[in-house]
Amino acid sequence: MSNFKLKTMKTIKLLAILFISSLTLLSCSSDDDNNDNHDHEEELITTVIYTLINNADATDTVLLTFTDIDGEGGADGVYDVQGSFTANAMYTGALTLWNATENPAENITLEVEEEGDEHEFFYTNTAGLTITKVDTDNNGNPIGIATSIATGDAGNGTLTVILKHEPTKPNDGTSSGAGGSTDVEVTYLITVQ
Amino acid sequence: MLLYNSIVFSQECNHNFSGNILDFHNGESITGATVFIKNLNKYTTSDVNGEFIIDSLCKGELIIEISHIGCETKTVTISLTENTFIKINLEHHLEELNEVIVSTNSKTEKTSIEQSVSKLVIESYSDKSLGDALNNLSGVSSLNTGNTIVKPMIHGLHSSRLLIINNNVRLFDQEWGDEHAPNIDINSGGRISVIKGANTLMYGSDAIGGLILIKPENYAVKDSLFGNTSLSLNTNGWGGNINTELVKTFKSGFFAKAQASYKVFGDFETPNYYLSNTGIKNLNISTRLGYKTFEKGFEANYSFVDNTIGILSASHIGNTNDLVNIINSEEPPARNDFTYKIDNPKQSISHHLAKIEAFKRFKDLGKFSLQYDFQINRRKEFDLRRGDNKDVPVIDLRLFTTSFQPNLKIDSFENLKLNLGILLRYQQNDAISGTGVSPIIPDFEKYDAGVYFIGNYKLSADAEINAGLRYDFSRIEATKRYRVTDWNETYNYDEIFPEFETEEIENSRILTQPEFTFNNISASLGFKKRLNNDLELLLNYGLASRTPNPSELFSDGLHHSAARIEIGRLTINKEVANKFVASFERNNEIFGFTISPYYKYIGDFIQLIPVGSTTTIRGAYPVWEYDQVNAQIFGIDIDANVKIDDHFYYNGNIGLLRGDNLTDDIPLIHMPSTNFSNALIYKNKKLNQLSIGIKQKTVLQQNRYPDYDFHTFNPTLQEDVYVDISSTPESYTLFDFNSSANFKIFKKGDLKLMFTIENLFNTSYREHLNRLRYFADEVGRNYNLKIKINY
Repeated sequence: MSNFKLKTMKTIKLLAILFISSLTLLSCSSDDDNNDNHDHEEELITTVIYTLINNADATDTVLLTFTDIDGEGGADGVYDVQGSFTANAMYTGALTLWNATENPAENITLEVEEEGDEHEFFYTNTAGLTITKVDTDNNGNPIGIATSIATGDAGNGTLTVILKHEPTKPNDGTSSGAGGSTDVEVTYLITVQ
Repeated sequence: MLLYNSIVFSQECNHNFSGNILDFHNGESITGATVFIKNLNKYTTSDVNGEFIIDSLCKGELIIEISHIGCETKTVTISLTENTFIKINLEHHLEELNEVIVSTNSKTEKTSIEQSVSKLVIESYSDKSLGDALNNLSGVSSLNTGNTIVKPMIHGLHSSRLLIINNNVRLFDQEWGDEHAPNIDINSGGRISVIKGANTLMYGSDAIGGLILIKPENYAVKDSLFGNTSLSLNTNGWGGNINTELVKTFKSGFFAKAQASYKVFGDFETPNYYLSNTGIKNLNISTRLGYKTFEKGFEANYSFVDNTIGILSASHIGNTNDLVNIINSEEPPARNDFTYKIDNPKQSISHHLAKIEAFKRFKDLGKFSLQYDFQINRRKEFDLRRGDNKDVPVIDLRLFTTSFQPNLKIDSFENLKLNLGILLRYQQNDAISGTGVSPIIPDFEKYDAGVYFIGNYKLSADAEINAGLRYDFSRIEATKRYRVTDWNETYNYDEIFPEFETEEIENSRILTQPEFTFNNISASLGFKKRLNNDLELLLNYGLASRTPNPSELFSDGLHHSAARIEIGRLTINKEVANKFVASFERNNEIFGFTISPYYKYIGDFIQLIPVGSTTTIRGAYPVWEYDQVNAQIFGIDIDANVKIDDHFYYNGNIGLLRGDNLTDDIPLIHMPSTNFSNALIYKNKKLNQLSIGIKQKTVLQQNRYPDYDFHTFNPTLQEDVYVDISSTPESYTLFDFNSSANFKIFKKGDLKLMFTIENLFNTSYREHLNRLRYFADEVGRNYNLKIKINY
């Protein structure tokens, strides 16, 4: 008889455990807002636009664009270079990053600017350009969204733009020396004439 | 009750009490069982027919204890009013009830080729992982991501090819991922066995690599309350764990156990620098409640594991050039001071497992059991992100698994034992929305049904044969969005799988509903022959089939935590393995050994290999693709133990393995290299069970690796640079020192102290099977102190 009682008690305890487990189950399900994984790439950078305007002649512009609308994987990105640099001139450069999968397209540059202390652009070229970063983050270190460019003699070459996330700041001015992870790395073919 | 011994009725003392003692399983009579009337202090034994008689008994209550060597002692109480005859069934299979007593053979099946890790060894790994504890067995290695994410590997095979059975429940925790370590608290189990051979059919058809069984402890049937608490402290990572468990057992067969452990470590340290963001926090809780007698029983279990694991910050790379930079630099660039704080990238995983099980034994038949279990696994992986997404995981998956398993073990035949059962399982994966990233693993539902039949036949006193057959049906139904360009052009699925397409296209992504059905046959054959007292020969053959896992089928895109684009294929088919394992064992304390050669042929082996890089906005990005090849893996595991004298003992093992990609005639990727270990132990039982040991482990450089190196353009340097992702780190040798002693501190309890130094000489090294080997060295010297109190 006492054995039976004990058994009943244990059964109740067992049921209690099951109940608790099912609660856990339910509580886990609560954040299941919908069944369809409709996530699109919110963080994606689809487009890099580097706009350069001659300080002496506002009609002399160079527009460097890279677009990879479907992000990593899928189709390869496409380069588009409009205009060429004038030799021995000064240009003002502005870099913008966009997520064009959003409608309207999201300006990622604003995020980068906001987190300037965690980001930095690096510019290298083989066309004799001298590129200077003219903006700074909260700590007085360069970001590189705004640039000033001095061109040299006529010639051809490449211009590479690299955006590093969480680089060492300040650094030696090179992307490899700064470490961090690369968020953008695009290389344009440019002409100075 | 004893007080009820009534002499009141003692006038008539001419009754007799007789009976027949039978084996519960086959009804055969048991000769020479002791029949003891406790309250009268009278003895007799059963005769050749299992019968006994005690006469000249008075009326009244008799408390009779029936015992026989190798059987569970049974107590019956009868009220004697006339001449009485009863049938008493005794149980021969004590190991099922209490493994602690019968320690000679605790194997899953007698013919199985397996190795075990005892509770004692588990204790010395209380603040490490399952993979770390098993790494000491020959033929077992691990695939690591840093030093806290450790996946066990048997004969070079891991993840989906290796079943992990925790308390008779197969663990489902997104085990397909290389950096997804099993969510198991090593402190919750009683004994861990690794089955290399083929006796795995009861648990699944797909144990191509083998099986890891984590079994709970069995408790003696008596009234008792006991427990233990242990604390472990480490200098490397400045952390440790605390574990406590309490067990209550009753003479009636009821038992209850509660266990909890908490582990915390900060950044680990190599001989030269801190490994930034490698801390870990881990909470485990487990409870058991049950009732177990020989004839029937039930048990309910619940366990919860919660892990937060930091991933080495230096391992976060943005593109192939970042990878080249880090491969070429001696030390990781991103290094900070020591901290307990775990930043992104990190993993946060919780795992619930609950089970109820009941069994009943039927006379002249066997044991019938039912098991129902469910698991919920929630995996979140956090990466370095911008803006509002900083605290949003890039991977957020919830996997729900539930299964129902009836099983019947028939043990009533003289030399034949049968084990048959059914498995029904349902699985649902939910890629939880809100991550802002298209999920690497889509939503899917999976249905499994299996039926198995295993027979064990005793050919003679020295030889046994075991054979099994299993059939599995499985169906997977997924919902996934593909880029239209990929679907139509890259993969050509619009022609291969037009039936999966739906009308819905949004943001240039097509909604698809891939559905696959698989039918698998698996089989096993085992033979064991005892050659003399302590020499045994075991032979195993196994046929195993594995259906492709969701990542092999559906991956297409960036795997953030792996810093690579991973591409699966809907065209991937199941892989089929034929395994041969033999084992020649000498079980002897003075000189014992195990020599175990094996050969596996795996048809349509699914592998993930680097194929180059793709151009993205981040520059060149590494791409890894799943493909199928025919493969073979063969090798030999050797273990030896020697008792040098009363105090000195030697243990050693060596593992040799070779894996070949037969299709391309090159070595297989990520195969463990030759490794061997030697340990010398001094033991003094009289001096507080003092044990002092030194252990050496050498891992040779893996010289057989496939060359998947490639070139990538570095725009800063304006040239192609070589991406050396294939070559392997150099050989290394590590020494460990360990010591332990027991102290009697109070009447019913004792204290155990363990002091260990790992990597005694603070050696800098890198391990080929660590996914982060490109980024940083392995951890350096660690002093560890463990205090355990048993009460």
